[in-house]
Amino acid sequence: MQDLNPHIQELIRLTSTSLPAGIENRLRSAAEQEADGSAARGAMGSILENIIIARETSTPICQDTGTPIFFVHYPAGFSTNVLGDTIRSAVIEATHKMYLRPNAVDSLTDQNSGDNQGDKYYPMIYFTEVDADSLTIDLLLKGGGCENVGRQYSLPDARLNAGRDLEGVRKAALDAVHRAQGRGCSPGYLGIAIGGDRGTSYLASKEVFLENPDDHHPHPKIAALEERITSEANRLGIGPMGFGGKTTILGTRITTLHRLPASYFVSVSYMCWAYRHHRLVIIGEKVRYA
Amino acid sequence: MPDTPRSLTTPISNETIHTLHVGDSVLLNGTIVTGRDAAHKWLYDYFIAKTITPSLQDNSIYEVLVSLLKGSILYHCGPVVSGVDTGDYHFVSAGPTTSMREEPYQGEIMRHFDLKGVIGKGGMGEKTLAACVDTPAVYFHAVGGAAALIARSVEEVLGVYKLEFGIPEAMWVIQVREFPVVVTMDASGRSLHKEVEQRSQNILQKLI
Repeated sequence: MQDLNPHIQELIRLTSTSLPAGIENRLRSAAEQEADGSAARGAMGSILENIIIARETSTPICQDTGTPIFFVHYPAGFSTNVLGDTIRSAVIEATHKMYLRPNAVDSLTDQNSGDNQGDKYYPMIYFTEVDADSLTIDLLLKGGGCENVGRQYSLPDARLNAGRDLEGVRKAALDAVHRAQGRGCSPGYLGIAIGGDRGTSYLASKEVFLENPDDHHPHPKIAALEERITSEANRLGIGPMGFGGKTTILGTRITTLHRLPASYFVSVSYMCWAYRHHRLVIIGEKVRYA
Repeated sequence: MPDTPRSLTTPISNETIHTLHVGDSVLLNGTIVTGRDAAHKWLYDYFIAKTITPSLQDNSIYEVLVSLLKGSILYHCGPVVSGVDTGDYHFVSAGPTTSMREEPYQGEIMRHFDLKGVIGKGGMGEKTLAACVDTPAVYFHAVGGAAALIARSVEEVLGVYKLEFGIPEAMWVIQVREFPVVVTMDASGRSLHKEVEQRSQNILQKLI
């Protein structure tokens, strides 16, 4: 097996400095919707210019390079200890090369570790063994600004008049977008999980960001709800950066989890416009980035 | 909304601040200082609320900051910086961070240091808006996430204080040129954030 460290470093560089094509296309169309000379149009212009500079000069799109979240799908025979160590050492080297800002702060002492190494939860690495030949590593860099505006609802919610049904999910999602205003760096993308416990629900709401942002849920009712939430969120008029404008949300993806009879969680994760996700796929000697 | 942005250089006078209004595009020039969560808490606890006694070293940093910040701008930013090993610092990526976390401290820091503005993202609340009127000062909104673009406006890193807070939290003294921002809270007490919040609240009520 080849040395994975340089490939993981390349995955980190790619993710920190460029966006998935589907997101960049959505940002381009969103820019055209805003009125000429408006603050919203100006903000979209800066966003698009920034994307090009970051890619061409290989510098982080956003200075908050976020929490590195790795999802590893490995074939039988791999050691997760070895994979974990390789990922952690690649993170240290990518931090020295300034593709990542030192972002791991000890909550007790307030000391920044300086190399993005923390406890067993930092960087976050999730392992799943798969029945396949390929090793797939997805990296999500999720910034703190948008993480802070994420919300979890426990339905029913009397304040929102939201019951335990898809109508309740819609109300919770719109409330989350309203409360975020521009602080999640709009135009953003919503990942929503229905069900689970508090922990799995939030995790699943982020895992949808690994999917193609142009896809929809296979169930037509959920797919329709994804579209409706996006379109109604945009009617709120919050706009890019909260300046007021046409596009607040670029898209919505929903996933569902089994839940306890007593619980009905709706977890809304907000991904900023700097939606940083890329994938590394290794089959034998063949290496592919997506 | 003017199409051509106005150019302003620090230190900025009170008269100039009163001519700035919500929606104005501005290009900022001159010396400004970065500061975010740890810096705000430190300034507030040690020198305003005075709940903690500063060391001699803290006091000497404070003296420098008093002269640097008067008439100038505090930038809510935790940059990616190169040259940390050599001291030959350069800003690599330097967009704004969410300002609302500084709401408990910002108004009093604004008045205490006679700041003419803060740069950040997402806007701030009533306490800061009141301080914008009193001081007077404005809130400049930079484009969140546009960090590679904004780093190009940073011509030089002139110095750094409180590096022990870590690179993102340290107070970096920087020379900027044509730093693009929009005024979203002004010294007449107008806040674009309050207006957008209320408008979107009314629409939300109809949708749910």
